Amino acid sequence: MSVLQESPAMAGRPAGERAWTPVCRYADLLPDRGAAALVGHDQVAVFRTFEGGLYAIGNRDPYSGAYVLSRGIVGSRGAEPTVASPMHKQVFSLLTGVSLDDPATAVPTYPIRVTDGTVEVGLDRAA
Amino acid sequence: MNAKRRRDAASTANEERGVLTRQERRTTGEAVPSTGRRVVVVGYGPTAHRLVEALAAGGFAGTVTVLGEEPRPAYDRVALTSYLAGRTVEDLTYPVPGGAAVTVTVTVGARVVDVDRESRTVVTAAGEAVPYDVLVLATGSAPFVPPVPGNDLPGCFAYRTIDDLDAIREAARDGGPGVVVGGGLLGLEAADALRGLGLTTHVVEMSDRLLPRQVDEGGGAVLRNHIEALGLTVHTGAGVAAVEPGPDGRAARLVKPDGEAIDARVVVFSAGIRPRDELARRCGLAVGERGGVVVDAAMRTSDPRVYAVGECALAGGMVYGLVGPCFTQAEVAADRILGGTATFEGADPSAKLKLLGVEVAQFGATAGALDVTYMDPVAGIYKRLFVSDDARTLLGGICVGDAAPYDTLRPFVGRDLPGTPSDLLFAGAGGDRVDLPDDAQVCSCNNVTRGRVRAAVVEHGLTDVQGVKECTRAGTTCGSCVPMLKRILAESGVEVGKALCEHFAYSRAELFDIVQVRGITTFSRLIAEHGTGRGCDICKPVVASILASLGNGHILDGEQAALQDTNDHFLANIQKNGTYSVVPRVPGGEITPEKLIVIGEVARDFGLYTKITGGQRIDLLGARVEQLPRIWKRLVDAGFESGHAYGKALRTVKSCVGSTWCRYGVQDSVGLAIALELRYRGLRAPHKLKSAVSGCARECAEARSKDFGIIATERGWNLYVGGNGGFTPRHADLLAADLPADELVRLIDRFLMFYIRTADRLQRTSAWLENLDGGLDYLREVIVEDSLGICADLDAQMERHVADYADEWRATLEDPERLRRFVSFVNAPGTPDPSIAFETEREQIKPTLIPLEAVSR
Ligand code: SRM
Ligand SMILES: Cc1cc2nc3c(=O)[nH]c(=O)nc-3n(C[C@H](O)[C@H](O)[C@H](O)COP(=O)(O)OP(=O)(O)OC[C@H]3O[C@@H](n4cnc5c(N)ncnc54)[C@H](O)[C@@H]3O)c2cc1C
Ligand code: SF4
Ligand code: FES
Repeated sequence: MSVLQESPAMAGRPAGERAWTPVCRYADLLPDRGAAALVGHDQVAVFRTFEGGLYAIGNRDPYSGAYVLSRGIVGSRGAEPTVASPMHKQVFSLLTGVSLDDPATAVPTYPIRVTDGTVEVGLDRAA
Repeated sequence: MNAKRRRDAASTANEERGVLTRQERRTTGEAVPSTGRRVVVVGYGPTAHRLVEALAAGGFAGTVTVLGEEPRPAYDRVALTSYLAGRTVEDLTYPVPGGAAVTVTVTVGARVVDVDRESRTVVTAAGEAVPYDVLVLATGSAPFVPPVPGNDLPGCFAYRTIDDLDAIREAARDGGPGVVVGGGLLGLEAADALRGLGLTTHVVEMSDRLLPRQVDEGGGAVLRNHIEALGLTVHTGAGVAAVEPGPDGRAARLVKPDGEAIDARVVVFSAGIRPRDELARRCGLAVGERGGVVVDAAMRTSDPRVYAVGECALAGGMVYGLVGPCFTQAEVAADRILGGTATFEGADPSAKLKLLGVEVAQFGATAGALDVTYMDPVAGIYKRLFVSDDARTLLGGICVGDAAPYDTLRPFVGRDLPGTPSDLLFAGAGGDRVDLPDDAQVCSCNNVTRGRVRAAVVEHGLTDVQGVKECTRAGTTCGSCVPMLKRILAESGVEVGKALCEHFAYSRAELFDIVQVRGITTFSRLIAEHGTGRGCDICKPVVASILASLGNGHILDGEQAALQDTNDHFLANIQKNGTYSVVPRVPGGEITPEKLIVIGEVARDFGLYTKITGGQRIDLLGARVEQLPRIWKRLVDAGFESGHAYGKALRTVKSCVGSTWCRYGVQDSVGLAIALELRYRGLRAPHKLKSAVSGCARECAEARSKDFGIIATERGWNLYVGGNGGFTPRHADLLAADLPADELVRLIDRFLMFYIRTADRLQRTSAWLENLDGGLDYLREVIVEDSLGICADLDAQMERHVADYADEWRATLEDPERLRRFVSFVNAPGTPDPSIAFETEREQIKPTLIPLEAVSR
């Protein structure tokens, strides 16, 4: 068993607010392919996998600096859904944004959901 | 989630290893008083986490109470900087360990302020008292902040916690210069971070060189050059006398002892660490003269019920500032609490880092009886090995700019050198072949030996680095040993040769046969029936190419669209800034003035960079995705078609001017080149295909450097195959001489189709031919004498290709469904990618490159 609790001194801190931005219809996304979306000032790469899962990570390839991850090849490593940068083929986890070849490097991940057939990406606003 | 899954696997693996191996090295056999059911851990950093994990994995049956001062559970501090590059707190956070027998309670935001050793309780700042049978201090260390005036002004920071980084990021929003005090490992990492946040960055280092603890003077100088070339300013031999505020009360400048001031809106102190031993001092435990809680080899403090582990501990007179030794200490303490007899016998403070893009590594001793230095100031490389006085035993080494010796030689520290020191330093690649002993440590962060990795590979049938990480934990912390893990996999005879990737156990040629024989037309069916998982960037384009070679319609249709590499997906070649190039086909290099003018007009109207390629055609570069259809519409309307510069397909058939004009020419080389280019255009292959036709033996078209090259003779054409002008140039071999045109074409048809059927992925014809059993003679038997009886098949396949060819770009423009992908943003189709910018050079555009924050480790 394990329990994680906050010290009484910490309780009552306000949680951040989350804003959802609609980006496209779910049906607009090709299975196993990505698309780029502008969410606030962030470029977000949105993916729909073959099984129908949705993922959102930063569109910027940290190795080349170019905003291209949405154009990479979607696939899997073991059970983990992945995308390979189209620039030099480093593979990133769609779950965590971590580069699976170089765990010290990662791209941001974003919350993503479908509401009435519309794909929405979440951005946390600091409280 | 996955990170969790991986760690669970790792902790199971942990049961089998580590602790047990250390028990074998026992030095004491005494009884162990310091066990009990209630364990309290003070501090929740990486070391505490590893300790709790080891207790849970060891089947500890009691309660573990962890009290951590930070407002969040333990996270991977080694990867702290990646937080600024976008990793989230959740990504970095370790899962709270648990187990069947143990109860783990973690309280965050709870600072322990006192320990009463009499009543065996600790007291938190909130006034809570927690009783213990065994206490573990894992309080880590704090950055040393020089006691100078102004060191606590707003704008001054440490670089240790997620909260520190949040505060630094916030302060950096206003821009301005940043100064890092301290030019050690952490200081340079912090400098890298400030640079990544867009600040003009200075580094102030007390000693006469950067990384004074890791590198010597020579290495420091090379490193300094690298770093200054990145635009950072380095001040060595300089301390800090004061930080002075500006009118807004925030830090404005840092004053050096010599009185010189450096403008600084953000000041980061990273001038070494101090063990957090304040609790230990308070409750009367022995502490070292320069700090650190004194422990014995069992990690026990002067009170046997109290352990200290990690960066707060002074073990064997040393405070270890690297996570590897801290983890080992945690495992030793856990083993003791479980009643074991493990001991900590010191650790090698090796480190390999990529700081600001420069590899820096140090292992073993930093001095020795003899040393050998290799220095290349132009390339910025400095390597030095320390050896015993008989030059046989390796003592240590330092590398800057090229850390290869770290991987190959670190495991030899304290052993006989596997070669002469100078050979080992100069050989470069030669060093890769050095054989490591089994007990050599390959992963110092997790204390994993080569033997352990090899055993895991064999026992669990591992086939990749990911598997090794999950099984042994090697490579999961700083990642610097990953190249080594790859080598061990290769040495262990892991069959990497044949299987395409983790999703298919077949070679490309085998897959080709499966697809053809079974009549498979989709990737989904192929992977469902003959593979595993969902594919990757290796197998998907291979299958896409096989399906295309076998004539399965437009490459952007249906499921095939998702298989294509980005180049095929956008029917254009991606460039370094994310824009694309446009290369219309110019068969044989022959072009009318009208068409030339159209290309010029399109390039001008869309502002594209224009260049004559080495393939006798014209490249238009710098097009954004959403411009591609409009550009191609203009080109297609003028009669151009795709040049397949993006595809693993036929590129160009170059020609010389030939007999029509040239006074030496014996055949119409231009006419033949055009006919061949039109015949084979669009043909998808394992790699790209190039050809050329020369009108006589003077060979102005360089046909013998092509995959198939044709040279005119008085009586017909000579056909050469397997040439290459790229990585490994190879002259093509003469396959048949003096052929009439129809026979020539038939032979080329068969040659190409046989290659497409049997080559490996990304294998050009030159490499394919060299690896073909029986070589050129065998090829001749198959495609001239039809020894396999497949020629009719090959011929038919090529006829189908020729009959089915359609221009991909024209077909794309005609189909709104296919056109939908050509937008920068799904939710803002009219908005161009704001990150793409150009400057002017020689009257044309050139990409303005996005500055890269150096990728850390
Ligand atoms: C544009 C061009 C250079 C130029 O400005 O002249 C060029 C540009 C590229 N070459 Fe090339 N090569 C160009 C002629 C050549 C030639 C000369 C020739 O074709 O006569 C060679 C040596 C001949 C040969 O291939 O044997 C050549 C050998 C390579 C190689 C090495 C291939 C090999 O097997 O050794 C690569 C890498 C690869 O394909 O894996 C490459 C790859 C590339 C890529 C595709 C790299 C990439 O992935 O981004 C470049 C991008 C082109 C683009 O349009 O975006 N390029 N490249 C030439 C285009 C020719 C054309 O009209 O299609
Ligand atoms: C930016 C950075 C990069 C690094 N890179 C590397 C690297 O590449 N390789 C490497 O090997 N090492 C690296 N390190 C060092 C590595 O992070 C440390 O060795 C490791 O964190 C030590 O773990 P620890 O648990 O002993 O101490 P800490 O990580 O310091 O954790 C101690 C915890 O205890 C808490 N604490 C202290 N006192 C109390 C108290 N009284 N009550 C409650 N809680 C308390 C602290 O708040 C802290 O959370 C790096 C460190 C930093 C800061
Ligand atoms: S190869 Fe021969 S025919 Fe062609 S241009 Fe050169 S000299 Fe003339
Ligand atoms: S040496 Fe750091 S992860 Fe292996």
